[in-house]
Amino acid sequence: MKIIKTKSALPGFGITLGLSLTYLSLLLLIPLAALTLYAARLSWGEMVHILTDRRVLSAFYVSFVSAGMAALIAGMFGLVIAWTLTRYRFIGQRIIDAAIDLPFAIPTAVAGIALAVMFSKNGVLGKVLTPLGWDIALSKAGIVIALIFIGFPFVVRTLQPVIKALDKEVEEAAVSLGANTRQRLLKIIFPAIMPAWLTGMALAFARGIGEYATIIFISSNMPFQTEIVPLLIVKKLLQFDYTGAAALGTMMLVLAFILLFIINALQSWMKKRESST
Amino acid sequence: MMQKTSFANESLWVKRAGILITLGFLAVFIVLPLYTIFSEAFRSGVAVYKKAVTSPEVLSSIRLTLTVALVCVPINTIFGTLLAWSIAKYSFRGKKALTTLIELPFAVSPVIAGLMFVLLFGAHGGLGRWLQSMDIKIVFALPGIILATTFVTFPFIARTLIPLMESLGNDDEEAALTLGASGLQTFFKITLSNIKWGLLYGIILTNARAIGEYGAVAVVSGLIRGETTTLPLTIGFLFDEYAFSAAFAAASLLTLLAFVTLILKSAMERRLKASD
Repeated sequence: MKIIKTKSALPGFGITLGLSLTYLSLLLLIPLAALTLYAARLSWGEMVHILTDRRVLSAFYVSFVSAGMAALIAGMFGLVIAWTLTRYRFIGQRIIDAAIDLPFAIPTAVAGIALAVMFSKNGVLGKVLTPLGWDIALSKAGIVIALIFIGFPFVVRTLQPVIKALDKEVEEAAVSLGANTRQRLLKIIFPAIMPAWLTGMALAFARGIGEYATIIFISSNMPFQTEIVPLLIVKKLLQFDYTGAAALGTMMLVLAFILLFIINALQSWMKKRESST
Repeated sequence: MMQKTSFANESLWVKRAGILITLGFLAVFIVLPLYTIFSEAFRSGVAVYKKAVTSPEVLSSIRLTLTVALVCVPINTIFGTLLAWSIAKYSFRGKKALTTLIELPFAVSPVIAGLMFVLLFGAHGGLGRWLQSMDIKIVFALPGIILATTFVTFPFIARTLIPLMESLGNDDEEAALTLGASGLQTFFKITLSNIKWGLLYGIILTNARAIGEYGAVAVVSGLIRGETTTLPLTIGFLFDEYAFSAAFAAASLLTLLAFVTLILKSAMERRLKASD
């Protein structure tokens, strides 16, 4: 336990915090205010009118459903990957473990065009999948694929330390007392990793809702079908519809704050779990 | 540390299935995309590749991207460290809210980041008109790109340093101060050497994102081709006009940079673990 000091003996509190807050205001708060004030010029009626436009609603639907599906799929695979990488030893494990971070390190546009070509008719995977009737590129599935790529490292990286910290002795005791695999999973493993698992998926979801560059190259970007909210905002800006863009942007900002709040709550649940075990 | 699980009923097939799924998934999501990038880049031969990466358009966008990174990484390094120091070394009211606020650029879509700066500095607003009358261009120009990039890369350093500084505590600094060191001496001689690996880790991540950012830069640059196209934007433009070889040749450069980032990142992670 770290003892929280009310008064630090270190000098420089005023100047470092003052400079930091000035920087934060200039870089974060003023632009945030610019967006919300711009949207605040709209009356309620106008705001509702913009946000309930059919094209806007379908963009939100596409964004939500694809980010949600991608978070779930990334959650499933992320769990298996995190488990395998922490519990088992095999050849090439260290390289594989480092490779998990590639989606964090590679520019989104590069990943976007690579996935787009890979799943296109002539791509390495598209060549196999298209004759089977699976048109991934240009369809909603393409968006989900792009978001799985972006999201799975979040799940793996949040789960790994928790799985590592799982007390194997408890599991062994349960097994020696006659618990079967299903009981061990449901009663011991899942309760322990649940907060971290949900956190990872929430992070993947939050990132997926806002993602732009990985998606636009693989998606056909068709209104009412494969048009995501960030793209619709860009299109509105290109048509100089600043009010429309600001309204949508403010919605996305509110959403980001809500997700940030949920993720924070999940993380403190995770920390509580850690300290109670 | 026990390396192998010894459960009688954790049969070998569970392990095998886990490894198989892991390898299968990573083959599709890591190996094949990388294969696609390099095979497309070299599809028309080395000569075409060379020509593509040395074309004036690619070279000028590399120059712009490097300029952006060169401005934005040092600024965020300085202010990220200051912020981490003021949060980790002292306790004050509103500290938790501040820590959450730092994460905002990661939670919000890069497109929204760009949008905020367009609305703030764009020609339709009061500030924008005034800037225009002063002949200062921010949006659709270099300053806007730098601002948006600084915004999206801002959290990396602070979020790496805060937990690190908190775990290190204030003892070393307090000892130095008692021995008569000044505040700045204490920071440069004690704190900085304690956090150097964490700081480098943060800088590497900041740099990778600064060079690779697309959404925020696309919005503030107005997707105008020419002077304000960074390398990722150029790749997008080339791809959209079906110049696949050129797009992937340029993309391969950024992929190589991603490899360097990954190698440095895992090296720093090992250093950080070792110093724990």
